[in-house]
Amino acid sequence: MAGTAQIVTPGIAALEQPKIKIENLRKTYEVRSGEVIALNDANLDIMPNEFISVVGPSGCGKTTLLNIIAGLEQATSGRVEVDGKLVTGPGKDRGVVFQQYALFPWKTVIKNIEFGLKLRGYSKAERREKAEQYLEYVNLKDFAHAYPKELSGGMKQRVAIARAYAVQPEVLLMDEPFGALDAQTRAQLQEDLLKTWQTEKKTCFFITHDVEEAVILAQRVVIMSARPGRIKEIIDVDIPYPRDQTTKMDPKFIEIKNEIWAKVYKEYLEVQK
Amino acid sequence: MNASRISTRLITPLSVICGILIWYALSKIPSVGAIITDPIRITKTLFAEAKAGSLWTNISASMLRVLGGFALGLVVAIPVAFVMGWYKNIRAVIEPWIQFFRTIPPIALIPLVIVSQGIGESAKIAVIFIATFLVMVISIFQGVRNVDPTLIKAARVLGATDRHIFFEVVVPASFPYILVGVRLGLASAWTTLVAAEMTGANKGLGNMIMEASLYFRMDLVIMGIFVIGVIGLAMDKGVLYLERRLTGWQELRKS
Repeated sequence: MAGTAQIVTPGIAALEQPKIKIENLRKTYEVRSGEVIALNDANLDIMPNEFISVVGPSGCGKTTLLNIIAGLEQATSGRVEVDGKLVTGPGKDRGVVFQQYALFPWKTVIKNIEFGLKLRGYSKAERREKAEQYLEYVNLKDFAHAYPKELSGGMKQRVAIARAYAVQPEVLLMDEPFGALDAQTRAQLQEDLLKTWQTEKKTCFFITHDVEEAVILAQRVVIMSARPGRIKEIIDVDIPYPRDQTTKMDPKFIEIKNEIWAKVYKEYLEVQK
Repeated sequence: MNASRISTRLITPLSVICGILIWYALSKIPSVGAIITDPIRITKTLFAEAKAGSLWTNISASMLRVLGGFALGLVVAIPVAFVMGWYKNIRAVIEPWIQFFRTIPPIALIPLVIVSQGIGESAKIAVIFIATFLVMVISIFQGVRNVDPTLIKAARVLGATDRHIFFEVVVPASFPYILVGVRLGLASAWTTLVAAEMTGANKGLGNMIMEASLYFRMDLVIMGIFVIGVIGLAMDKGVLYLERRLTGWQELRKS
């Protein structure tokens, strides 16, 4: 694993162009009783190949933020730029992994992975080769011709990650991808994701409600608060990669985790009021 | 576990045998037997009619009407349902009409059809077409509306255009509903057929039953009813089989 440029220090950040630039982003919804502010004045620069986690109570606008970056939703005001280009819709440079897996149930595993490649005009042989390569990444080669219904939740999500990776986006947006999985599978997938990210660097934007997960994966953790949803604080996770489950025993890890947890819990209590 | 599975499998044939025995017993009561002919005589009538060839003429006439009206209904229902599901404005135009006509039993339209189409084949096919179209369009439309929005989002972020989303996501996702529509459509075609034939036809199973009742040939009436039931059941099983083969990818709750 190359050790350079993994932790973006402020000095380097100042020289480098951010991969994703979020400026004064605001999103409101009209409801019968008036207007709901889903996201208020969000500002964030994400550096190339940076791994960012986002935590916060439900209703803090995490998913809204992700959807706007993905181009699935339009902001009410403000802007999101990827590589200096304004986001107006979904694009080849951004892949998304959803919590509900979102695999096409009528397609086999390999066909699911090939789908994005097909849309990009790859030939049949190229598609198959690439799909098999990414299927190997997620250790599911034996299940290439199985249907999603035959897979466990963890396996489905691995397929979804392979599908997102196969089209080689520079940015990977993940919306609580491991939220529905049990603790063991979750730990396994965290390690897989770390490994994949280190072999094939991408800018990652990872939403989770699990603080430990946020810290083990990310270089920076964004804490959001609810009502109205906004970015409250950004905390650096100054722990070197490669990381694995043993990193969770590191005193520094525990310290950062506790600090973030206390802040998130405070936000959670605010929401309860 | 194993023992209970075997006994479950035995229940259905046992029920059929019991039903036939009760039928036989009932036919031996003089006052009832005059109408409900016993199964043995029905079987004899069946073979006699089959040998004479009139049974096949009637079955093929009815099948042609059913399949003709049904096929026409399906061919029209699929695009209409998809357009309704996909375009909000078109839905607003078409849906009230479909909802209105759906509540009218197709048999009520028969006099109208006879006046406009006469009593020829086209009249019968028209009635069946209307009945099957209305049933199928609703069911397929539901399918288009029920497509999981996450799947559409997933396709979009993988680079799908509207056209891709329609053909690669909406159509396959609605396929199970199309088959449900086919099943409902066939059932409604079959029930409407007999009613349509009773209004005036020179062949067909419904016509056969009507004519037989005029001569008080109850054996022929019951045989006709029986044949209609068997064909209806066979068609339904056929579609169920297709459903299992073609939509086996669906995640279903096991019961």
